[in-house]
Amino acid sequence: MQEQDTRDNDWEANNKQNTLRLAWWTAAWVITMAIANFGAHFLWKANSALTLAAILVNLAVGVGMIMANRRHLKGLDEMQQKIQLEAMALSLGVGLIGGLAYSNLDVTNLIAFDAEISHLVILMALTYMVGIATGVRRYR
Amino acid sequence: MKNRLKVLRAERDWTQAQLATELQVSRQTINAIEKGKFDPSLPLAFKAARLFGLAIEDIFQDD
Repeated sequence: MQEQDTRDNDWEANNKQNTLRLAWWTAAWVITMAIANFGAHFLWKANSALTLAAILVNLAVGVGMIMANRRHLKGLDEMQQKIQLEAMALSLGVGLIGGLAYSNLDVTNLIAFDAEISHLVILMALTYMVGIATGVRRYR
Repeated sequence: MKNRLKVLRAERDWTQAQLATELQVSRQTINAIEKGKFDPSLPLAFKAARLFGLAIEDIFQDD
């Protein structure tokens, strides 16, 4: 039983490690995103080569974040994976339908301001969080 | 799907957390299975059956 406990506690430890790894990759991605966005204005005064390099670094870190997220998801148990799947499906659906409708509002000049991609990201993030909260409550 | 997981666990004086550790799932998943809110996959059902030394149908029954 003790040997079993040790082996199985490794599963929990791996999950915590996967979550921590994902958090670090996400933080790195956000930082490189900020550098790619604001660097041209505040750090290197519109040097195209540096701007391109910053964007490429952001892309590379983004790939790392995707891999870390995949590893994190694969490490979850089947109910947690189901909750994640349902939340991601909701987020993707709302993002696609809502995003295109929002774009149509902009294209047809029914809204006075530009439809920004950041608004879509916020919508998808909020929908994902609502999906996770709903799933956790459903199986409680 | 109905199941006898809670009874079998109580007979062995195990907590949900201990059973979760044995089956390599979260405590929340054990709770959801016991309450009939989540049906386990076949591999997880087999794992539970092996752990309790019973056949799957002795633990899980169709409604």
